[in-house]
Amino acid sequence: MTTFSDYSWLIVGLPVLSFVLVALAIIVAGKTQRFSRAVAPWVLIVCLIAALVISLGSLRETLGREAHSKVVAEETGGSFTHENEQPPFSAWYQKSIDWLVPEAPTAQPATSIVTPRPPIDRTLRVGVLLDPLAAVMLVVVLLVSLLVQIYSFGYMKREEHPRFYLFMSLFTASMLGLVISSSLLMLFIFWELVGLCSYLLIGFWYQKPEAARAAIKAFVVTRFGDLGLLFAVVFLWLSYGDLSFSALTIAVKGGVPSVVPLTAIALLIFFGAMGKSAQFPLHIWLPDAMEGPTSVSALIHAATMVAAGIYLVARTFFIFEMAPSALLVVALIGAFTALFAATIAMAQVDMKKVMAYSTISQLGYMMMGLGLAAPAAAFFHLTTHAFFKALLFLTAGSVIHAVHTQNIWEMGGLYKKMKVTAITCLIGGLALAGIFPLAGFFSKDKLLEGALAVALGKTADVANVISPGLGWLILIVALLTVLMTAFYTTRMWTLVFLGKPRSHEAEHAHESPPSMTFSLIVLAAVTLVSGFLVVPHLTGMIAPEHEALDPMQIYMMTGVSLLLALTGIAWGYRVYAKAPAREPLRKLGFIYAGMTNLWWVNAFFVWLAGTVVLGLASFIRWFDKAVIDGGLVDGTAWVTGRIGHTFRRVGAGPLPGQLQYYAFVIFLIAVLVILGMSAFASTHLSMGVLGR
Amino acid sequence: MMIPITGYLLVSMALFAVGAAALISRRNAVAALMGVELMLNAANLNFVAAWRYYWPQQMDAQIAVLIVIAVAAAEAAVGLAIVLNLYRRFGTVDLEQIRLMRG
Repeated sequence: MTTFSDYSWLIVGLPVLSFVLVALAIIVAGKTQRFSRAVAPWVLIVCLIAALVISLGSLRETLGREAHSKVVAEETGGSFTHENEQPPFSAWYQKSIDWLVPEAPTAQPATSIVTPRPPIDRTLRVGVLLDPLAAVMLVVVLLVSLLVQIYSFGYMKREEHPRFYLFMSLFTASMLGLVISSSLLMLFIFWELVGLCSYLLIGFWYQKPEAARAAIKAFVVTRFGDLGLLFAVVFLWLSYGDLSFSALTIAVKGGVPSVVPLTAIALLIFFGAMGKSAQFPLHIWLPDAMEGPTSVSALIHAATMVAAGIYLVARTFFIFEMAPSALLVVALIGAFTALFAATIAMAQVDMKKVMAYSTISQLGYMMMGLGLAAPAAAFFHLTTHAFFKALLFLTAGSVIHAVHTQNIWEMGGLYKKMKVTAITCLIGGLALAGIFPLAGFFSKDKLLEGALAVALGKTADVANVISPGLGWLILIVALLTVLMTAFYTTRMWTLVFLGKPRSHEAEHAHESPPSMTFSLIVLAAVTLVSGFLVVPHLTGMIAPEHEALDPMQIYMMTGVSLLLALTGIAWGYRVYAKAPAREPLRKLGFIYAGMTNLWWVNAFFVWLAGTVVLGLASFIRWFDKAVIDGGLVDGTAWVTGRIGHTFRRVGAGPLPGQLQYYAFVIFLIAVLVILGMSAFASTHLSMGVLGR
Repeated sequence: MMIPITGYLLVSMALFAVGAAALISRRNAVAALMGVELMLNAANLNFVAAWRYYWPQQMDAQIAVLIVIAVAAAEAAVGLAIVLNLYRRFGTVDLEQIRLMRG
């Protein structure tokens, strides 16, 4: 019986098909022709709908497969009767083809330092792996992609060139390929492809210098992180000779030694994730990436691609589990990023920048969850965040579409003119703030639960690296972030939609076309219901990672976080509802300066690149010019020249131009040289003939 | 009784010195060329003496001598051709009169 899973390769194949078709349309019909402009979005949307159907079917089958394997295990008293244990990879749909087969069975790697290991076949395989992680992620990516495409239909109407749809097709294909990959190498290939698409789409309006610069910045900074991931891939290949996740899991969990410590490999993977998921200090590219079209920001830089780092860490979590000290680093960087970006988001005046920093903050939140050994909670937050942050970005796009500015101080009073946008934005904002019963509430709660479990010392995985004191610190940071998130969300919403219009455009704003509001309404609906629909599934699907907490403690936790969120909202409303003429945060003085100047991180990097690196480079340039070229190369020539000059006088001597005099001098020197050499030879060498 | 090799070497040295002196001091270009021939033959004498006294079983030295004789013949031909051209160009073969090399 063929199942949806058997066709899961089409989930990647269909967007690729769309990419090819759009490219053909552009080549055949010409780039500005009405035909390719009209047909491109439809091709992509149809392909996405078909892929969505397959992915939904695959998700259903995957969940069924899991239930089945659990039953089997219980009946046979099998390997994971224990509640906490994950089903092995063999339980999932997995199919791969050999891509590169070594010619002869290779010998064991000649690393004599390590103990003997099982034979390695070193075949490179590519294929699909459908476990719940991938299946859920596929649906999330496709659903958001589809809605963003429908939205783009209205939003990108004025664009002349259909290459937007070309890049979007390629991006969707790569992102889905990244998710469905069964091996780390394949994941890495798609990882680079999404980076490329991100670069192309940030620089979509490449005529604008800021957009071109932002694209390059994003590409360079993420590439810096990718280097770490590449090293990790190489080390894993050297160690295990197989990059498929199932084989790696068995090898790593089986304690097969690797060429470098697993902690190092885990940190390298995390470094790659830091670049992609914009963790401090590699977060600097994401706010600039908002130069791209808003639908790109919604899809790539809020919902999907930036979550790839989280997905990668969740995917390779078996390595992190074996390297708890790496988890500590992940948790600390995640928590710091969450708080750090939230403070910056509080003071931004650009609507999209507020959300960009909010995205960084939420990604930090997810990383923190991963570091606290709660990957299920982190992944859950990833999915809900994908929906409500995409929603928020699309509402921002709708507002920007209407008022032609991104400065929230030039908006105001838009509630009356753009009711749909305002209400959907409110839903997204409340979800972001973590208000019951929206999606964000549940996922944020799970993360806080994970933090509480660590603080109480109930998470076995990290118990000996993260002390309870540190756990409490992380929990407090997380709760502070909840407060700030609620505050800046309220600030943004109040300034944009309430009060009086503060600019001419804001007075004459109109609601966006139906193709845009349709996506907003659907995403808002998903945000409203996904908490209820997905929670039981996901929590059942991925078992809790810690010993059960006391229900009382969980209720306390929930109460505190909800209280903090409500405090943040009340505080934000109180400060901004009166629509103050000036930013009230200015009173904070130094802290406000830090917030608006992004805590000088960008300035630090400019200093690092401009002063330190360029200074070092100019020193090296000077060294090359003065010492290498000037001293050694030119110096040799100069010395030789001077010697020649001097000897010309001696050689010409009293009879310049006399050939025979030259011959005389040559003779003289030859005699001197020979005498010197024979003197040397007679004292230092024993010559066979002469010594006889 | 065999003459010691030193005798041959002394003769060779004298021959070389005479040749070098001729090359350096004779004004006539043809005479200077003859000096070169003397020096080459001094080298030949050395080769042959060394062969006779040290490696009588090996042919290397004799081959070297044959090559030197061949080179000397070629050198004489080329050298005389040059001298002939010098004469055509300057109307003399006096090396002191020919000083194009003077800076």
